Amino acid sequence: MSEAERGWPLWEVFVRPRRGLAHTHAGSLHAPDAELALRNARDLFTRRGEGVSIWVVPAAAVSASSPDERDPFFRPAADKPYRHPTFYEVPEGVRHL
Amino acid sequence: MSAPEHAPGGAPWATAALALGDDALILSHRLAEWAGNAPVLEEEVALANLALDLLGQARALLSLVGDEDALAFTRGPEAFTHVRLVELPRGDFAHTVVRQLCVATWQELLYERLATGASPLAPIAAAALPETAYHRDHAVTWTLRLGDGTAESHARTRAAAEALWPYTGELFDPVEGLDEVDLGALERRWRARVSDVLTRATVPVPGGARLPGSGRAGEHTPHLAALLDEMQSLHRAHPAASW
Amino acid sequence: MEPGRERFERTIAADERIEPRDWMPDAYRATLVRQIAQHAHSEIIGMQPEGSWITRAPSLRRKAILIAKVQDEAGHGLYLYGAAETLGVDRDELLDKLHSGRHKYSSIFNYPTPTWADVGAIGWLVDGAAITNQVPLCRCSYGPYARAMVRICKEESFHQRQGYELLLTLSRGTPEQHAMAQDAVDRWWWPSLMMFGPPDDASPRSARSMAWKIKRHSNDELRQRFVDICVDQAAALGLTLPDPDLRWNEERGHWDFGAIDWDEFHAVLRGEGPCNEERLTRRRRAHDEGAWVREAAAAYADKRAGVGAAA
Repeated sequence: MSEAERGWPLWEVFVRPRRGLAHTHAGSLHAPDAELALRNARDLFTRRGEGVSIWVVPAAAVSASSPDERDPFFRPAADKPYRHPTFYEVPEGVRHL
Repeated sequence: MSAPEHAPGGAPWATAALALGDDALILSHRLAEWAGNAPVLEEEVALANLALDLLGQARALLSLVGDEDALAFTRGPEAFTHVRLVELPRGDFAHTVVRQLCVATWQELLYERLATGASPLAPIAAAALPETAYHRDHAVTWTLRLGDGTAESHARTRAAAEALWPYTGELFDPVEGLDEVDLGALERRWRARVSDVLTRATVPVPGGARLPGSGRAGEHTPHLAALLDEMQSLHRAHPAASW
Repeated sequence: MEPGRERFERTIAADERIEPRDWMPDAYRATLVRQIAQHAHSEIIGMQPEGSWITRAPSLRRKAILIAKVQDEAGHGLYLYGAAETLGVDRDELLDKLHSGRHKYSSIFNYPTPTWADVGAIGWLVDGAAITNQVPLCRCSYGPYARAMVRICKEESFHQRQGYELLLTLSRGTPEQHAMAQDAVDRWWWPSLMMFGPPDDASPRSARSMAWKIKRHSNDELRQRFVDICVDQAAALGLTLPDPDLRWNEERGHWDFGAIDWDEFHAVLRGEGPCNEERLTRRRRAHDEGAWVREAAAAYADKRAGVGAAA
């Protein structure tokens, strides 16, 4: 396979379904550059009107937490129940709290 | 030319609706021929979108004139009034892209003008405008990449531009019902826009005269008869049927 | 047990999803790559049998529907290749295996489509069987595959309906149209039952796939579900299913149906179907003829990147 015949790089696609919602990951596609990636994403992921805005990110540019470290990485968040409203006792009858 | 017999009461805008409807119908057909043949899978989806947009425009325009299926499937070649540019075989991807550049740029300029008019074409043109703008954008994106890509893609794009150019003059032929449009001004703006894209794509703007004859007068290449033979074959084989 | 494997087993047991960067057994990964790739290839090759009718669709409404449907198949192929790529394979590599015949696609697409009614029969029966297969895959243990299937199932609901409506129109149309519809159903019925794969006792890999929760139901279970659904639908169409042994079994609460010709299935799978060669040749040609376009776009992107870097 020649240099030019190598595949187009992979892009991750994020779509905002409607105003007021965050962009969420929709899938991936191949494109030679960002401009075509955006157009391909528009045609592929919003052909039924599923979105009002699109982000494309080179898949190679995504840094992810390692699954092997997932326990140490996320455990500190799991043992702090005081961050959640259900941690607190509220006397019966108290409303709008 | 037998087109006017379909026009209700011979309203001038009906002639225009038929001509523009035929443009969209035949170009959509050529684009749909790419299904399963596109150069990359992502482009399968894109080309089908273009074909669907144009087919939708064709149906709206033809329905102004009469029954869309009777118009599409029972007329002979001489009754079609689209420009010959859209009936030429799809050729390679460069031919398709350059043709899209020429037609979409023209449609966008024309629809912009028609959308502000008072004829029954106005709402259809207004609805089609965003589609047409996207078609132009798609064509520009690809013209730049093919023209300024590799030596092979450059040569193919240049060959496509030269082959198609003599047919582009028909886009500016007068059509009954389009009297409100200053075709001379439209042509100048079209030429400026298309030339700009070709130049940015490093493709020389072709010179040379237009071919004699015009699809607007029902004059067509043999490619149309072949296209219609295929497109109308099933419909014609069952004259009494509905589908 | 090593920690990765233990976590994998625990995740599967809890009915949670495996995600791309999780540890997974090599055989789990290989099974998924094979299954997702075959599924993706089937979508892409599946564009051809119906696509050949786009240029001859008998009304503009039908033409629009058919273009949109064939377009969806390309889209579904892309979703699935994307899901496969999360397992560390490259799409080009998968396409290469399709083009060289090392990867299979669903043998259903090796049958010809000689009449317009085939478009309807494919929508009703082939897409119907596919949906029966695919709905449980929305709960597949591998996250990216399950998510792709959710999107695909949502989009595919129109595919089956348009096919059914097309056949209904033919069935209620002229005698020639009715005969065309019946003929298509006669030809597509048995191949669509074969789409569920070999019977359970001859499907060696099924048990493992079910243990891994890639599959949720056995081949025979899904096939029976499909037959049960189709019988009433055929009656409403005014068409018959080509199986003299089809009868309601009160005791089982299911329809009994005749024996499937598995020799035919295996012959088509081996590449002896009526259209194997044609489908692959056409696919290869599109890919080869598109090479200069893909190269041009890559070269253009490189030039722009160079300009950006220099500036």
